[in-house]
Amino acid sequence: MLRHFGIMLWLAVSAMAITPNVRAELTVDITQGAEGAMPIAVVPFQQPTLPGDTISEIVALDLHGTGKFSIMRESQLPERPVPPTTPDFPVWQTAGQEHVVIGRVVSGEGAGLVAEFVLYDAIRGVSVLSERVPFKPSDARHAAHKIADMIYKQLTGERGVFNTRVAYVAASGYGNDREYRLVIADTDGEGDRIVMTSPEPIMSPNWSPDGKRLAYVSFEDHAAAVFVQSLSSGDRHKVSSLPGINGAPSWSPDGSELAVTLSKDGSPDIYVLDVASGALHRVTHDDSIDTEASWSPDGRTLVFTSDRGGKPQLYTVSAHGGEPQRLTYDGSYNARGVFSPDGRSVAMVHGGQGGYKIAVMDLGSRNLRVLTSGRLDESPAFAPNGQMILYTRKDGGLDQLAVVSVDGKFKQNIRVKGGDIRGAAWSP
Amino acid sequence: MQKWIKVLLSALLVTSIVGCSSKGGVDENADADAKANARNRSGKYGKYGAGGANGGSGAGGRYGSGSGRQDAGPTGGVLSERVIYFGFDSEEVLPEYQNIVSAHAEWLAAHPDSNLVLEGHGDERGSSEYNVALGERRGLSVSRSMRLQGVSDAQLRVLSYGEEKPATSGHDEGSWQQNRRVELFYPPH
Repeated sequence: MLRHFGIMLWLAVSAMAITPNVRAELTVDITQGAEGAMPIAVVPFQQPTLPGDTISEIVALDLHGTGKFSIMRESQLPERPVPPTTPDFPVWQTAGQEHVVIGRVVSGEGAGLVAEFVLYDAIRGVSVLSERVPFKPSDARHAAHKIADMIYKQLTGERGVFNTRVAYVAASGYGNDREYRLVIADTDGEGDRIVMTSPEPIMSPNWSPDGKRLAYVSFEDHAAAVFVQSLSSGDRHKVSSLPGINGAPSWSPDGSELAVTLSKDGSPDIYVLDVASGALHRVTHDDSIDTEASWSPDGRTLVFTSDRGGKPQLYTVSAHGGEPQRLTYDGSYNARGVFSPDGRSVAMVHGGQGGYKIAVMDLGSRNLRVLTSGRLDESPAFAPNGQMILYTRKDGGLDQLAVVSVDGKFKQNIRVKGGDIRGAAWSP
Repeated sequence: MQKWIKVLLSALLVTSIVGCSSKGGVDENADADAKANARNRSGKYGKYGAGGANGGSGAGGRYGSGSGRQDAGPTGGVLSERVIYFGFDSEEVLPEYQNIVSAHAEWLAAHPDSNLVLEGHGDERGSSEYNVALGERRGLSVSRSMRLQGVSDAQLRVLSYGEEKPATSGHDEGSWQQNRRVELFYPPH
């Protein structure tokens, strides 16, 4: 039923025509619902001046996509109150709902609109949140995401991430028509925008901490190079193009440095590059493979993949250098480690006989928890609130972006139309 | 039957050698299987690879980096071959590909003004940046072999694409075998 509801929602979202010329590359569908989710009803907003029935659907889809909420199906709503009318609380209690959201869109200043909404606690029969969100008619989606953020924050105490974005690389075509596209999109896959295209591979996009720039690897010059590109101006700079591998860029938390993988001295090693000056500082010195460094939130530690012990495992090392410490021992393949935003855990690609899955290690207990069940899951990236992990998966030949909750209970696909997805990154 | 035993024996032999020299062997049996399969496939590699000296036709569902591009290298006999395949998680140049490596090394040694790019590739399993590193190891393995045969270091460049430019798009062992490769590319002057 959850699945059915999800599909219904994404069909509805896909069919919306806020900006008819924008055809999103991604759609969302629900693969696995969560137990113990909070029941909530989002009543369709009254929005006579805004074509399409959009805002409440986007809010519902956002909330559902966290795995923390069970959204009442629209066909089962017992009533459809519109502010300033108050919901009939006993009716909602009987329907099993703990919270009810109602709203309407009214005229704002000039050509602007305002979405007014009220979040009610249906059990206690009180309003717990009442807000007005001004927006331009062309930007209804982001107004809806903002409302979802407010509701999420009110009910969970955590920051909502519905107004953040994802970056990914999509490849399509064959032979000389092969094209690689670096794309950014809203976390529901809508509003996609191509940052750059190339006939040669693009890899490993990574957001600057201020969300204004992307670092990535491009083979456009028939050699590997690391680029930094401003998302507002489109200006791009080649920051590393030494002989051999120039790969796996990862921004330091203060945005001044990039950890990169370079093989100029023989084997791939971790270096820290000062973006402004171009100064390089070597961090690892082993003749094995050392790659895929990612920073701890305090900027002191890097986690990276190395096969110095014979098989790829995760190690940690001071960002200034020093002796690396082995972090993972479970299984024969652990790679692409990334710190959670609170620094307390590390997500990774965990491989073995059953394929490659996304796993999380708690750094306190050192317990490893496998979250996904795919065969070819890759490229884990934490949501900025640490509650979800974005990753890529291949299922039946279809490449997809997907998210999984950090407890592994909830999974959702963000499905790509017409492309192989390579690499995934979640904006700050 | 006899041929099959020979294949198995040589696969085991290679496995034992690789077992000593290669880091990161995941599963010896899988390794042996992959190598045996690589052997059985030898002789028809032109179908999947760079498609011969003039760039090939890019037929079927393949979209390797070699399709359709201009190549300034030699042609004729084994010199027309441009692809060397590898076993699972291995950078060992298998014996049946040594003649390709040797032929190109000999030609390059005789043509010191010509350059060769060794493009390393891997299959899609595992992390993409780690696969770039594995692809580089394969390219360096061929490069080492060529330098031992008299090719100047300055004539050779290794470029690893990892899993980003698959020769074929499938998600099974058959496709993965075709994707674990080094393509030889002679850039036009």
